[in-house]
Amino acid sequence: MEKIKLSNKDRMKIPRHDMPEQEPAVRAQNFLEVPLGFTPETAMEEADRCLQCKNPKCVAGCPVNVKIPDFIFHVAMGNFSLAAQTLKETNALPAVCGRVCPQEDQCEAVCVIGGKNEPVAIGRLERFVADWERASGVVTIPPIPAATGKKVAIIGAGPAGLTCAGDLAKKGHDVTIYEALHKAGGVLVYGIPEFRLPKNIVDAEVDYLRKLGVKIECDFVVGMTRTIDELMEEDGFDAVFIGSGAGLPYFMGIPGENLNGVYSANEFLTRVNLMKGFVFPNLSDTPVPMATHVAVIGGGNTAMDSARTAKRLPWTEKVSIVYRRSLAEMPARKEEIHHGEQEGVEFLLLTNPTKFVGAEGWLTGMECQRMELGEPDASGRRKPVPVKGSEFILEVGAAIIAIGNGSNPLINKTTPGLTTNKYGNIIADGFGKTSREGVWAGGDIVIGAATVIKAMGAGKEAAASIDEYLRSK
Amino acid sequence: MFTILEKNDLAAKVYRYVINAPNVARKAKAGQFVILRLIDDGERIPITLADWDPISGTITLYVQAIGKTTTIMSQMKAGDALLDVVGPLGIPSHVEKGKTLVALGGGFGIAAIHPIVRAHKRIGNRTISIIGARSKELLIMEDEMRAASDEVRIATDDGSCGTKGFVTTILKKMLTTHEAMDVVLAIGPVVMMKAVAELTRASDVETLVSLNPIMMDGTGMCGACRVMVGDSVQFACVDGPEFDAHKVDFDLLVARQKMYSPQEKLSMEIFDKLCKAQEQRETAAW
Ligand SMILES: Cc1cc2nc3c(=O)[nH]c(=O)nc-3n(C[C@H](O)[C@H](O)[C@H](O)COP(=O)(O)OP(=O)(O)OC[C@H]3O[C@@H](n4cnc5c(N)ncnc54)[C@H](O)[C@@H]3O)c2cc1C
Ligand SMILES: Cc1cc2nc3c(=O)[nH]c(=O)nc-3n(C[C@H](O)[C@H](O)[C@H](O)COP(=O)(O)OP(=O)(O)OC[C@H]3O[C@@H](n4cnc5c(N)ncnc54)[C@H](O)[C@@H]3O)c2cc1C
Ligand code: SF4
Ligand code: FES
Repeated sequence: MEKIKLSNKDRMKIPRHDMPEQEPAVRAQNFLEVPLGFTPETAMEEADRCLQCKNPKCVAGCPVNVKIPDFIFHVAMGNFSLAAQTLKETNALPAVCGRVCPQEDQCEAVCVIGGKNEPVAIGRLERFVADWERASGVVTIPPIPAATGKKVAIIGAGPAGLTCAGDLAKKGHDVTIYEALHKAGGVLVYGIPEFRLPKNIVDAEVDYLRKLGVKIECDFVVGMTRTIDELMEEDGFDAVFIGSGAGLPYFMGIPGENLNGVYSANEFLTRVNLMKGFVFPNLSDTPVPMATHVAVIGGGNTAMDSARTAKRLPWTEKVSIVYRRSLAEMPARKEEIHHGEQEGVEFLLLTNPTKFVGAEGWLTGMECQRMELGEPDASGRRKPVPVKGSEFILEVGAAIIAIGNGSNPLINKTTPGLTTNKYGNIIADGFGKTSREGVWAGGDIVIGAATVIKAMGAGKEAAASIDEYLRSK
Repeated sequence: MFTILEKNDLAAKVYRYVINAPNVARKAKAGQFVILRLIDDGERIPITLADWDPISGTITLYVQAIGKTTTIMSQMKAGDALLDVVGPLGIPSHVEKGKTLVALGGGFGIAAIHPIVRAHKRIGNRTISIIGARSKELLIMEDEMRAASDEVRIATDDGSCGTKGFVTTILKKMLTTHEAMDVVLAIGPVVMMKAVAELTRASDVETLVSLNPIMMDGTGMCGACRVMVGDSVQFACVDGPEFDAHKVDFDLLVARQKMYSPQEKLSMEIFDKLCKAQEQRETAAW
């Protein structure tokens, strides 16, 4: 128990631990995960940095209020299994969140030692614990209470739907997830690339849900294969949760956008990730763009993922991010930008495409304009304004548009009485309740493209509210 | 399990499949399609619903073997199962009472017009189907089309059956003789749909085509299937596949269908080699 004796001063002296990573030159040629994770020793040492605050700021900074100091305490003591249990009390997908959550804006942003020193590496510890549990092979299935006889349909197998399904199954309800694609996971399988989130991790989480008794029906498009009304009136579902995500790609609306070689990030990432286009033509049948110079338009996580994915395709030599503001305004996680830079992605900042140019139907280049930053706009970021006469042509064989996603109207159109806002997002209260009795919604379909953890949080809130509703019925 | 219950080898590398897909069969309407995936790491390909039976839970598809995926499918047998069948997708064809329909089908387009013609006939509309092929032996679905329409007219390139020429040859004549028609529907190769659009443009008859751009998800998520109709970008999988022929930019559609031509060719070459090697191994084993 000598650890307990560490004074706060001692703790603050320990430097934050980095995770070992694949060398940039090596990893830019493969799709394997970039960071390699903590060893148990490093994890325990990192855990020693935590001051175990009485009033932990980090917990308040976490969208689902993970009991951070508690799980870190268990790590410090080498009690990894207990740490995993503590994490899972509030976070159903710690192996995912440990990898993709923007901790630098959430828990780690407010960690008390973060002022003078670097904050505790909460995300890396979370990832370590979840990986340790998965590797140990000891996954405990909680005792499931007697069946309630109530049926719940979950639409969409993204983080919102998966979380909601898991929580409801644990309460003894009969849960079926309906997923449009052929694989469960939502953005986790079709958007976020393998090198950032290995798909076997998502598969393991989905398997865990199956063990909890959740049924998963893929190839099922709600609105087409079955409407919500049919599910409730004919198929006997007592409640429905909509977690259909933000899956409608925005295009730029500039000339030449339909030239061959211009893709939405959704199309590009789905071809490579979900359809495994990176092993075309030998191991996958889905073709991907084969261009030597690829431009990616946008500055968010989706743009970074597209650029880093393109860079890894064997035939691509150069990838340029084209973003109309400066590095400081980029919404992507700093870590992702840093990784992109290390891997040789070029950043053309303060640059905006004005048209796509081509020959015989194929993209050959992009006309771009230089921008400068003017007055702050509604988002508080300085608004980019074009510099007159600064047009130039960037020669590229493929352009990937990653400027955001709206909400897919399929469900709204086929569900009378479901209220949406002007962007097509479903309107739901803090518990996920929509304008329709018995119908809840959460995740990107409600708040617009956001984060994995927010989607999970919404799934969790809704599950609690649905459970209460079903018990009172 | 999406098991193939029946498979028939028709003419010109076109195969007919009856597949177990109860969820699709229960909701299918004329003009809709499904997306298939045959094997792990296989491609997703869209195929029109030619027929379905909600009671037996089956769907009928006609698939022409033109590339790797459709060729693999042509090698599958009754009893084999597809990995994925998702649908029905797309907006059903608009079928309105009191109209005379002239429907033109070429290649797998004949299978695609079949349920739409039948739907019109069922509500009492007069229906004339014009179907075509290069020659008599290559013509598919003649009997089914006769059952589904009031009248069937046939065109063959070599004149071995019906009118010598294309399906458009027949339509052109009908237009010059001012034969009564309210709606023209054309489904088939883009050149054929474009030719039909040009023919009816002057006469101003309502003309519909069902577009077949490259698709992936079929739910409006990727935008691969975008087409220009008038001055708006439409996603064929959710806003179509049926559109006003007089507004469609067919040249763009032709160009976009070639998006992956080099890769598709490569894929097919590798596959052909594999098939040949397999054949050799099998012959050697004899
Ligand atoms: C490329 C990319 C990178 C990202 N990186 C990060 C990151 O690093 N960190 C982070 O926190 N967030 C990231 N995000 C955002 C995050 O992935 C999303 O906010 C989150 O996945 C939303 O979860 P969801 O469950 O609401 O929806 P989704 O994950 O979008 O899942 C919705 C599911 O519903 C299915 N569906 C849709 N319509 C229907 C229907 N009609 N019937 C049946 N099923 C349907 C879809 O196929 C999909 O599987 C990223 C997003 C993208 C696109
Ligand atoms: C709404 C719709 C309905 C269709 N209905 C039928 C049908 O009933 N019967 C039938 O035989 N064919 C139909 N098709 C065409 C069919 O999808 C393609 O022939 C098939 O995808 C070719 O795949 P492949 O791998 O064998 O050939 P490939 O070698 O990949 O491609 C050959 C050609 O097929 C087209 N194609 C390739 N991939 C796709 C794709 N994912 N989506 C659409 N087109 C593609 C391209 O123009 C390409 O040049 C339909 C297409 C659409 C969009
Ligand atoms: S704020 Fe930082 S130091 Fe305090 S409990 Fe949370 S992780 Fe530990
Ligand atoms: S096929 Fe992806 S949007 Fe139509």
